Amino acid sequence: MSEATGLLREPWESFERQSEAGTLGIWAFLASEILFFGALMLTYTVCRIENADAFAAAGRATNIWYGTANTAILLTSSLTMTVVVQATASGDNFRRLILACLTVTAALGTAFLAVKGFEYKDDIEKHLVPGAQFALTEKSAQLFFGLYWTLTGVHAIHLTIGILLVLRLALLGFRRRLELDRNPEIRVTGLYWHLVDVIWIFLYALIYLPGRAS
Amino acid sequence: MTDALLTGDLPLPAHPDYLRDGTSLTSWLTTTDHKRIAILYAITITIFFFMGGAAITAVRLELFMPNGGLLTSDAYNKLFSFHGIIMVWFFLVPSIPNTFGNFLLPLMIGAPDVAFPRLNLFSWYLTIAAGAFTVYALLAGGVDTGWTFYTPYSTMFSNSHVFAAAAGVFVVGFASIATGVNFIATTHMLRAPGMSWFRLPLFVWATYATSLIMVLATPVLAISLLLVMAERWLGLPIFDPAQGGDPILFQHLFWFYSHPAVYIMILPAMGVVSEIIPCFARRRIFGYDFMVYALIAIAGIGFFVWGHHMFVSGQSPYANLIFSFLSFVIAVPSAIKVFNWTASLYRGQISFEAPMLYALGFVGLFTTGGLSGLFLASIPVDVHVTDTYFVVAHFHYIMVGGAVSGFFAGLHFWWPKVTGRMYPESWARFAAILMYSGFNMTFLPQFVAGYLGMPRRYHTYPPEFQIYNVMSSSGAAVLALAYLLPLGYFAWSLFYAERAGNNPWGASGLEWTTTSPPPPKNFDRQPRVDRGPYDYHPEGESAGLNPPEVQNAREVR
Ligand SMILES: [Cu+2]
Repeated sequence: MSEATGLLREPWESFERQSEAGTLGIWAFLASEILFFGALMLTYTVCRIENADAFAAAGRATNIWYGTANTAILLTSSLTMTVVVQATASGDNFRRLILACLTVTAALGTAFLAVKGFEYKDDIEKHLVPGAQFALTEKSAQLFFGLYWTLTGVHAIHLTIGILLVLRLALLGFRRRLELDRNPEIRVTGLYWHLVDVIWIFLYALIYLPGRAS
Repeated sequence: MTDALLTGDLPLPAHPDYLRDGTSLTSWLTTTDHKRIAILYAITITIFFFMGGAAITAVRLELFMPNGGLLTSDAYNKLFSFHGIIMVWFFLVPSIPNTFGNFLLPLMIGAPDVAFPRLNLFSWYLTIAAGAFTVYALLAGGVDTGWTFYTPYSTMFSNSHVFAAAAGVFVVGFASIATGVNFIATTHMLRAPGMSWFRLPLFVWATYATSLIMVLATPVLAISLLLVMAERWLGLPIFDPAQGGDPILFQHLFWFYSHPAVYIMILPAMGVVSEIIPCFARRRIFGYDFMVYALIAIAGIGFFVWGHHMFVSGQSPYANLIFSFLSFVIAVPSAIKVFNWTASLYRGQISFEAPMLYALGFVGLFTTGGLSGLFLASIPVDVHVTDTYFVVAHFHYIMVGGAVSGFFAGLHFWWPKVTGRMYPESWARFAAILMYSGFNMTFLPQFVAGYLGMPRRYHTYPPEFQIYNVMSSSGAAVLALAYLLPLGYFAWSLFYAERAGNNPWGASGLEWTTTSPPPPKNFDRQPRVDRGPYDYHPEGESAGLNPPEVQNAREVR
């Protein structure tokens, strides 16, 4: 693994172990993240069980086209991220492929945020922000939208962090300041990216589908 | 022989120890050395400890008289809230893990540092930022919700600085998670050759179990506080019953973290005591394997007992039944630990240096706190004493009697390793005894007052409770003195005390094989381990009078 010695950091003596520790560390952190979003989804679930009708009505008021487009965008970004991770892991110097896919991943993430921004604008115009002006009359519909803003907002913050991490890798890579082959930072960023993506799949079902099945 | 030796100059060591390796303030504030970060944490939590202590001093003074008079109800509420928030999240949770855990974990497993040194420093800065939020909340006028931030009071009614205080706790949670991730990766990936899992000192196991709880429980606290902040700041009606929200849900989320948080506080103290008792009894720990399983069992079962805080919150009687049962179950591994510490003394050669006095004090106070916990786990008794001083006494026996005694035990035990200086033994023994007596004087009367019905969080009370409150407040004065004493003699010892050797206690851990204070990378040569911890005497024999030669026999290549 002589080509990887440039990636060795304190306090490690072996790059293999350093790399493995990075993976273990991010998995531990992802476990923490899962409980973070898990608690939020639990809150949603409890509220939904207690207010089933209102949640169905409020779910119908969301804009499923934006949500579906975003799901497609984010799933595609996970594909390009996977290509990045596999290409670095192969160690076969896929520099251009890696950089291209990093850029596309960041661009798709940004596209998601842009679509989300339009959706938020729409929601605000339709008075779907809890408060005195709230549009829906069903009791507890405000509760649904309270959770909607929290869930999507917290997810958007996570995605923004993900975009910044991917952009950082891409920029350092373009300027040849980052060893791309076998770099554990890329795998760690990739795992984080996928988690943010998986969480969105849950959010899609929780936010856009209630009240639409029947 | 070289000229230097002939003229009496000793050859200098290859590099200075970690304290002298760079002395500027910047070298400290940008350090990634786990030992220096431990010191940064120690200074920080000491400041927070005395801030929280000052708040409760005012509270105890107020409680001398049944009708108060010193403080308004509002000021009283804010002072005990500040005390709770600071002591729980800015002292107890980071206390042992972030000071001794940081300092000792790499030393004990024979590693040069933790797995992610920069993350470690980042976590300290997060703690500082979080502390700034919380102190701002106090300076801006305080927060009056109690440390529990119960909804709907905290979201809909309180006119105090809930947002800033909750933000502080939210941020310090991420520091906790970062530390936990770091320790887990360190324990898995950086153990020295030969340091198998069942050769790990129990302190390492305790830190590991604590880290698991930090990583898995803290995010739920973060969410519960985030929702409180969202409701206060953006008006999202998550816990508003009028909008279909559920204020009790907050209690579930909060205690899902805050019960395991008790084990974040107590498990590391158990680890400390498990190092000290074998050393001063010159015995192997009794039942090492069971001590490990007990730690893991406590960490695991600890996730499933949170409902015992909600027996009177109107949760289902079936839930009450299960939470009550599990709360009894979790006492079993705790009891195993107490029995094993006691059995470790059997056929030992016990000496009563200050760390041992604190450690034995821990066992006594933890047992008292644990047994009173069984009263609270039993629903009929709990209904009677809910929200009384009985509960206050119970958790202070665990958190102050247990965790803080453990912290002081560790402080005295590892002081020579951390600073390279001994501490004054007789002063330390005096402080240990004073702390134990002051503690019992403060909190034993609260059991009685609580059982007789005195509610917590009130600053006036019927005159028949005055006797207990006067006893308690007088005890608190003794306790305060006992906490101030070490500050004095530790500071003194830094400059005037005799220098410590590598292993002043004749202890068996890897941390005692390196110099005191250790060099920046901990060990000059990579340690190799070929035996278990606590190798104080040959297996199956009693402790001998002579100090065992574990350290000399240890193979260091
Ligand atoms: Cu509890």
